[in-house]
Amino acid sequence: MDYEAVIGLEVHVQLDTKSKMFTRVGTGFGQPPNTLTNPVVLGLPGALPVMNRDAIEKSIKVGLLLNCKIADICKWDRKNYFYPDMPKNYQISQFDQPICEGGEVEIEMPGNSPSEIGSHRIVQLTRIHLEEDVGKLTHYETDSLVDYNRAGCPLLEIVSEPDLFSPEEVFAYLTSLRNSLVSAEISDCDMEKGQLRCDANISIRPVGTSTLGTKVEIKNLNTISGVRNGVEYEIRRQTKALNEGETIIQETRRWNPDQKYTTPMRTKEMAHDYRYFPDPDLMPVKIDSEWVEFIRKELPEKPFDKQRRYMEEMNLPYSSTSALCGDRPLCEFFEEAAKLSKVPQKIANWVVNDLLRELGQAGKEGEERRGLQNCPVTPQHLAELINLIEDGVVSNNVAKELFPEMFISGKSAKTLVEEKGLEMKSDGDEIEDLCAQAISDDPDAAEKFRGGKEGAINALKGSVMKATRGQANPQVVDETLRRLLS
Amino acid sequence: MSDHSEIFSLTGSEISHGIDNGIFSSQEVTLAYLSRIREVDEKVHAFLSYDEDDMLRQAKLSDQRRASGKSLGPLDGVPVGLKDVISVKGQPLTAASKILKDYRSPYDATVTVKLRSAGAVVGGRLNLDEFAMGSSTENSAYGPTCNPWDLNRVPGGSSGGSAAAVAARETPFTLGSDTGGSIRQPASLCGVVGMKPTYGRVSRYGLAAFASSLDQIGPFAQTVEDAAHLLEIISGHDPLDSTSYPTDVSSFSKILNEPIKPCKLGLPKEFFGPGMDDEVRKSIDEVIQWYRQKGYELVEISLPTTELSVPVYYVIATAEASSNLARYDGIRYTTRSEKAENAIDVYAKSRGEGFGQEVKRRCILGAYGLSSGYYDAYYLRAQKTRTLIRDDFDKAFAQVDAILTPTSPTPAFKFGEKSEDPISMYLSDIYTISTNLAGLPGISVPCGFTENGLPVGMQLIGQAFEEGKLLSIAHDYDRELQFGRKQPNL
Repeated sequence: MDYEAVIGLEVHVQLDTKSKMFTRVGTGFGQPPNTLTNPVVLGLPGALPVMNRDAIEKSIKVGLLLNCKIADICKWDRKNYFYPDMPKNYQISQFDQPICEGGEVEIEMPGNSPSEIGSHRIVQLTRIHLEEDVGKLTHYETDSLVDYNRAGCPLLEIVSEPDLFSPEEVFAYLTSLRNSLVSAEISDCDMEKGQLRCDANISIRPVGTSTLGTKVEIKNLNTISGVRNGVEYEIRRQTKALNEGETIIQETRRWNPDQKYTTPMRTKEMAHDYRYFPDPDLMPVKIDSEWVEFIRKELPEKPFDKQRRYMEEMNLPYSSTSALCGDRPLCEFFEEAAKLSKVPQKIANWVVNDLLRELGQAGKEGEERRGLQNCPVTPQHLAELINLIEDGVVSNNVAKELFPEMFISGKSAKTLVEEKGLEMKSDGDEIEDLCAQAISDDPDAAEKFRGGKEGAINALKGSVMKATRGQANPQVVDETLRRLLS
Repeated sequence: MSDHSEIFSLTGSEISHGIDNGIFSSQEVTLAYLSRIREVDEKVHAFLSYDEDDMLRQAKLSDQRRASGKSLGPLDGVPVGLKDVISVKGQPLTAASKILKDYRSPYDATVTVKLRSAGAVVGGRLNLDEFAMGSSTENSAYGPTCNPWDLNRVPGGSSGGSAAAVAARETPFTLGSDTGGSIRQPASLCGVVGMKPTYGRVSRYGLAAFASSLDQIGPFAQTVEDAAHLLEIISGHDPLDSTSYPTDVSSFSKILNEPIKPCKLGLPKEFFGPGMDDEVRKSIDEVIQWYRQKGYELVEISLPTTELSVPVYYVIATAEASSNLARYDGIRYTTRSEKAENAIDVYAKSRGEGFGQEVKRRCILGAYGLSSGYYDAYYLRAQKTRTLIRDDFDKAFAQVDAILTPTSPTPAFKFGEKSEDPISMYLSDIYTISTNLAGLPGISVPCGFTENGLPVGMQLIGQAFEEGKLLSIAHDYDRELQFGRKQPNL
């Protein structure tokens, strides 16, 4: 029988806040173990939580970005269970009144080629709630160590409806979600650093039916490819099991990225009773419409909206927009340069090819990819370079050679052109002399062109360009050669 | 020193006055109390620990401040003992539990910070029922405290050590915590003044939690006036406690001498039913007579939900406790069972060995009430009933300025008398529990003695954040009758 998969995702996102969810201790990755702690983080006797306003605001921002309904009251509950990564043995979370309800994530499936737009679809969300993160356990043969640096960091859980139907859709969903959250400066969403983590609920059902099958939750999907592979594996496993007459049991399984299979963790019967109840240490917080509207004003344009605008209003090709729109600072760079130029398409092309290449190369020598904030080439510099091409002051080839130098020196295109005397040569007499020379140097090519072989003219053009080190205006050279050969 | 051998009999205000006028120094006062502790605490066992060097160091600094004219106020140099659930940096905090046997707090509670900024000598650690769960101090893992008026009887609880220490004149001031009567009931049984402020008046930051929505720290002293002084110092909004209330603290000690006239006191008929000891009834009748003679109007009122308060309390308080005490797990700072062989063992055996019977009973009870399938019937229902109890008080306070009741249905009982029967122990808080459920301030003031010489206390309950008015009504009685100044023979 043919089966289709039905998948829901629970995505945990660490909010990029200065301090933790309920206390004034800094957040950060890679600090020495157990240095980002205090009595509250460690759950010492008498320590009490106090809510971080910034975390609430960022959560509201996410809710607005994803078209959720924002709750009127932000209320906290305790989720009780014993585990050594949790200092209080309860997690402050939200149970029956999440900060955001409903919502949607727009996804794009891959097109037929990288230059073709793919199909778009809306994936429905169930809810988004805010909670505190737990510590990190590292297991050794006989011991386990725990680091509470991460404990108490604000963590947003974004729960989708069972509204995804393939590993590819899961991948598209995560990519879109990540682009939105990064562009809104909610989180860096670096999965390697645990800033974005994902659990998947997967069931399968015969194609054409609408009842949901028994769901299995997959944990430990810690990279984007891990999510894709884990989901793919689990669909295969369930399909095989059903085809062999077995039944799927409701359970939680763990993805093992090295061996590439899932193994059982616990069954439904072993599930915890979390004994949720309202946290008496925290007062519910009212979220009034004024507060929401204030945050709404700061919302950035959604990545897909921006992409549509670039394509429709600025006539950019799809391939440029798809390279730009996941990266908000890059888009800002582009838009600033485009404002100063009449050819945004060319600007976009230079940004996604030349600028990104130079930034990438700078990274190879330096420690990491050089950030756009330290880029020596400003949007003004790039626009100026493109304008020099448009005005016929330099050729495209010269510009391509200039750009790396601008990147190294931080000098403007105009300055470099003047310093090096690189203006394009359009002087008729000089070019005519060079063209005549080229024809006499290569009579073969001249003969072939005269005999109707159009391509033969390129060899002649090439030698003129070579003689001028690329500075001759190609259009003038073309016209002159044709005149002399006619 | 010999000149000042009776320092310990003085009230807090008298000591403050004496230090201020150079009659004695803070170091002399501190030494006097330390020698008193050495003399009587073997019998009373109010203290779990005290750090002599640390106290004398604080006293010395206080004397230096005064010498250079930089006194921090009336409490500068006066010792204050703390119930062993209030954090003091570098000092033990056992909560009278074996599970915290080796724990020392790395930080000061907000009340400790406030005491320090007032110059107080932060003193010893006082005994209690383990994690403040009990009404007799018999549940301490380190042995019970004895009532200074009769060493065969309990001092009440859970702040039994805090009450007994003041009664035995081992310290002029102490702090306790009150979740269902844990300050007022022992104050009543020991013949001292004890006050539970309005929920939110005093920061809970640094108080090892029993039941977060009910716990409040409050003062013990010989007189209402002293209690008012200490309350003033520890009160106020704290950004580290989300449940502390952002309101100004009035100068309670100044309001004291401004009698509220006319003033109406309510006598809830539900409190005066069966179960009240005859001698307690007699003392309270005399209190009623006194107030009437002084021109107060006394009226009968009704608090119909009174009988629901004990069951509601034991659902809510145990539910919160089951979660609050989960952190004591043998993993980090609590004592780990040596028999533990795996992770589950660490939890089960450390908690099994570390907690006493009553704590286990309440954790299990609380977890049950929160379990899926039972939540609606127990926890949720109790919360709704709690609202009804609060409404009852609101209605009463539309008619009266304060409510007058006994603090405890009986005077101090004998060791073992109730410890085998949890329900009868739970009922000894019947007059105090509803105050916590409604979040109101309540004070217990000594109002006489039984024929056997056991103290009796009356309770006054006030409106939320009206501690000034409540203290003034209590002080009007206390300054004249001064039962708290009577000292037990030890």
